[in-house]
Amino acid sequence: MRSESAAVERVFREEYGRVIASLVRRFGDIDIAEEAAGEALVAALEKWPESGTPPNPGGWLTTTAGNRAIDRIRREKQRDAKHQAAYMSYDDTPHEPTGPVEDDRLRLLFTCCHPALAPEARVALTLRLLGGLTVTEIAQAFLVAETTMGQRITRAKKKIAAANVPYRVPEAADLPDRLGGVLTVLFLVFNEGYLATGDGDPVRAELTGEAIRLTRVLRELLPGEPEAAGLLGLLVLTEARREARVRNGQLVPLAEQDRAGWDHALIAEGHHLVRECLAINRPGRYQLLAAINAVHTDAPSAPDTDWSQLVALYDQLTQLDPSPIVALNRAVAVSELDGPEVGLTLVDRLPLVGYHAWHATRADLLRRLGRTAEAKESYDAAIDSTQNSAERAYLSRKRGELV
Amino acid sequence: MTHYLMAVHGPAEMSEFGNYGSEEEMEAAFAATGAFNDQLHADGYWVFGGGLQAATTATVVDGRGEAPLVTDGPYLETKEVIGGFWVVDAPDLDVALGLAAKASKACRGKVEVRPFDGIA
Repeated sequence: MRSESAAVERVFREEYGRVIASLVRRFGDIDIAEEAAGEALVAALEKWPESGTPPNPGGWLTTTAGNRAIDRIRREKQRDAKHQAAYMSYDDTPHEPTGPVEDDRLRLLFTCCHPALAPEARVALTLRLLGGLTVTEIAQAFLVAETTMGQRITRAKKKIAAANVPYRVPEAADLPDRLGGVLTVLFLVFNEGYLATGDGDPVRAELTGEAIRLTRVLRELLPGEPEAAGLLGLLVLTEARREARVRNGQLVPLAEQDRAGWDHALIAEGHHLVRECLAINRPGRYQLLAAINAVHTDAPSAPDTDWSQLVALYDQLTQLDPSPIVALNRAVAVSELDGPEVGLTLVDRLPLVGYHAWHATRADLLRRLGRTAEAKESYDAAIDSTQNSAERAYLSRKRGELV
Repeated sequence: MTHYLMAVHGPAEMSEFGNYGSEEEMEAAFAATGAFNDQLHADGYWVFGGGLQAATTATVVDGRGEAPLVTDGPYLETKEVIGGFWVVDAPDLDVALGLAAKASKACRGKVEVRPFDGIA
């Protein structure tokens, strides 16, 4: 019984975004959609273990949830005057055209990532409505109290309803701007999973997996947008190294990773996506980051890495995003090409004193230059500025190796 | 369609030329705002709008007690107050935000967009 209900819940989570998105379009109300989807899950848990999982579980859940929603609206109509909502339940006029792509999930994704919502609310809503994560799970992933996360989601849903945030994919002219917000949310979800900020698990595979799943959906729905392909390429090439990246609770840096332990199917997919982006030839931030990861995963061993191509890609990225973090990563590539002294000069002038990776990079360059005392100080500063347990373990080992 | 308030915020203390730096700036803003208002009418979004006198002309009435209590000045102690506003009728928030961007450019101030909770 237990494994059967776990299977039902897994199917439910996979189908959740599609079910919710279709109900929101039909009933125009996120709360009704969520309640009805919850009732459909209860019905599935009762029926499927006996009658077996239906051939089209998503369709079954959507139909069942739709019927529950209509029942609910009818009951409420008799109780008071929810005429508008009740009208929608038998209004079968076709929906007005909603933009370049007709897919309920895509509309919901753009609604969740609307610029009128606070960035943290966008992430939470996307995980709740499209990913089907519970409020408890989202709160745990982002290390806030469950009540805080609950309020954040409730407030955002209320604003969507009251301010009449449109449920549609933006017009072609607005798409690049709005798409940027959607990509940022998916990237944030992935990063939180890949290098968790808190002192819990160093890696949260459920979050990286969720970000990749949603990005796949986005890329399928917007095949003409190279940045969507670029983000997917970046995420799968990064995810491919996840298993090799932590050993015995310690972070294993790229150069020391066992390349046989990488997921070569994901790497092949990522390389394919990068080639596809190159053919479109409209480079963007995520495409360049994907290309950088393609260069790393292309090398049979760390010393074989094509550092000059990496520096060229970072130069291109700097044009689009002249942030100190990009400059830091570029400096790492430069120090492989031109030596640690040149790299250190670049790193030292960056205003990143609060950033753990800046300290870790300096520590490594100072160590390679034989400036042991300064390297130790930098490792200490790096350890102090990160909560991630695997990263702390790695940095402590490196510091300990210095004599 | 939803009714939205588009409120312009500005300093509580007016300078010599309203909220503007110079007479030319003030006149340019008035002209741009006039053109924006004409466009709102032409596109059918216009419900109501207007600029307000300085916040120091406000009077607060508290009628909750036995006799109404009348107080001189704005209710809130604040550096910024509403200097003027529009009420527009727009199909959704994206349209209202687009109008607010034009309004802000025309009047040279920040504009807050807020939906009405129904309209009497």
